[in-house]
Amino acid sequence: MDCQDGANSAGAALSVRGLGKRFGDRVAFEDVSFEVGAGEVFGFLGPNGAGKTTIVRTLGTLIKPTCGSACVAGILLTPENEEQIRRHISVMPESPGLYLRLSVAENLGFFADLYDVPDPRDRINRALRAVRLTDRADSACGTLSKGLRQRVALARALLADPEVLFLDEPTAGLDPAATRDVHKLIDDLRKRGVTIFLTTHRLEEAERLCDRVAILNTTLRTIGRPDELREQLFAKTLAVRTLAPLQDPGRLFAGLAAVDGWHRDGPAGYILAVSEPALAAPAVTRALVSAGADVLSIREPHHSLEDVYLELIEEDEEASLA
Amino acid sequence: MRASLGISAGRVRAVLRKELREYRRNGNIVSAMTIIPSIFLIQPMIQVFAVPSSASAALRHEDSLLYLLAIPAIVPALVAAYAVVGEREQGTLEPVLTTPVRRDEFLMGKALASLLPSTAVAYFVYSVFLACVALFANPSVASALLRWPEILAQVLFTPMIAGWSIWISLAISARSADIRVAQQLSMLASLPTVAVTSLIAFNVIRPTLMLALAAAALLLVLDAAAWRVVSALFNRERLIAGAT
Repeated sequence: MDCQDGANSAGAALSVRGLGKRFGDRVAFEDVSFEVGAGEVFGFLGPNGAGKTTIVRTLGTLIKPTCGSACVAGILLTPENEEQIRRHISVMPESPGLYLRLSVAENLGFFADLYDVPDPRDRINRALRAVRLTDRADSACGTLSKGLRQRVALARALLADPEVLFLDEPTAGLDPAATRDVHKLIDDLRKRGVTIFLTTHRLEEAERLCDRVAILNTTLRTIGRPDELREQLFAKTLAVRTLAPLQDPGRLFAGLAAVDGWHRDGPAGYILAVSEPALAAPAVTRALVSAGADVLSIREPHHSLEDVYLELIEEDEEASLA
Repeated sequence: MRASLGISAGRVRAVLRKELREYRRNGNIVSAMTIIPSIFLIQPMIQVFAVPSSASAALRHEDSLLYLLAIPAIVPALVAAYAVVGEREQGTLEPVLTTPVRRDEFLMGKALASLLPSTAVAYFVYSVFLACVALFANPSVASALLRWPEILAQVLFTPMIAGWSIWISLAISARSADIRVAQQLSMLASLPTVAVTSLIAFNVIRPTLMLALAAAALLLVLDAAAWRVVSALFNRERLIAGAT
């Protein structure tokens, strides 16, 4: 039952090797491999239809993979092990999926019974406290706002004390205050050592919450820490802005060993390709001052995770057009 | 606590309890469970109170009360047809299916939640009818109608017919993509059972002890087999992703 078959690493909370799923001729995702360490918050990004939800459903034992192998919570994903896996995970789907005629406590009580949790009343109270909904325990779920329903769904996911928690777009459609609450809850879960697999469209959310992210567009495009991905994808540069255009920028920058190349960025702006921005900046400043230029700013441009994401997705779109 | 077949009685109870709570708070289900049986009560009532005492001898050779067995054929079909497709449409099926609940447990809980109230309603309607006959009908008509073999048949066949109707409806519900289609198909599927009980009630088929025993044995076997068949039809992937 353990993941000791050589294809998947023992010890990882999630380990996926060459996983793929087809629905007839349609490829939902293919050749996906990654590992998620215990206690890690792992972000899964991708455009609509990229296969994010299908991967969550596959790892959550709802859908059978067409090929590849996976270990979930240290258990090999096979039809025989599905029930065992479900005892160690929780999945919060994009839609909260609550019984609207039942109260919050009744919804949670039902799921506590399905998970066979010991002392369900205590577990429900703890889950409600974690999402700060104790005072709404007796409210019918149909009377709650979308943000509160999302919190109930999160409380439901916490009931079983899961080793791995799958959150599929947990902040989709929420207002900023409700989004902040969900982020805080995810932070709290991280502190408790829960492994979180988070799919999201919100890149700033992934950047803020995730230790590592993967970008999926049917196949896995890249994986790593957000800062690693920025470094992989974007050359290191310095953005220079002067009061007036330089007289002979080509000669000025060519004479600097720290600068590998340059191009204009507006009438009095220059982007310099450098290998070490921190070392290059003082040399560039000295050269500009000695050339008599009035320097307005020299800075290292910041590339967000959104830039990484858009760069990769645009590459894919260009490749598909070609 | 685990019963036979590795089924957790606790999880079956959890599904049952949740379903009954939802029924109580759903006006449509409460209406369906009260109005439909009441309609079935009207015709026999009129017939019984319109019959003159001189016709009571003829009533002794008829089994018109078996007509009421249509109630356990129709009422649970309506409720069970909603059971799976309804959860799918309101988005509650996916969270449930990611818990350790087995499909056998889920389906058994759903089946019991349809069986218990519909059987109770059918017994209640039948009891009301018998009470009215005993209290208000012409004594000779009452003595012609109140026959123990027929009462026993009603009591025994009610849950068995309801069970068959429920499994057929659950099978339809597990394979349908739309609640209305599931309910219409379930109603259609319950018609053969209604037809058989009606043919017996109207004396087209003469009930005998052997026929009753054979029918009971057949229904028991069908109910047990239907559970396994419906369980096999219950495909998580198809229900969640809409594909096989």
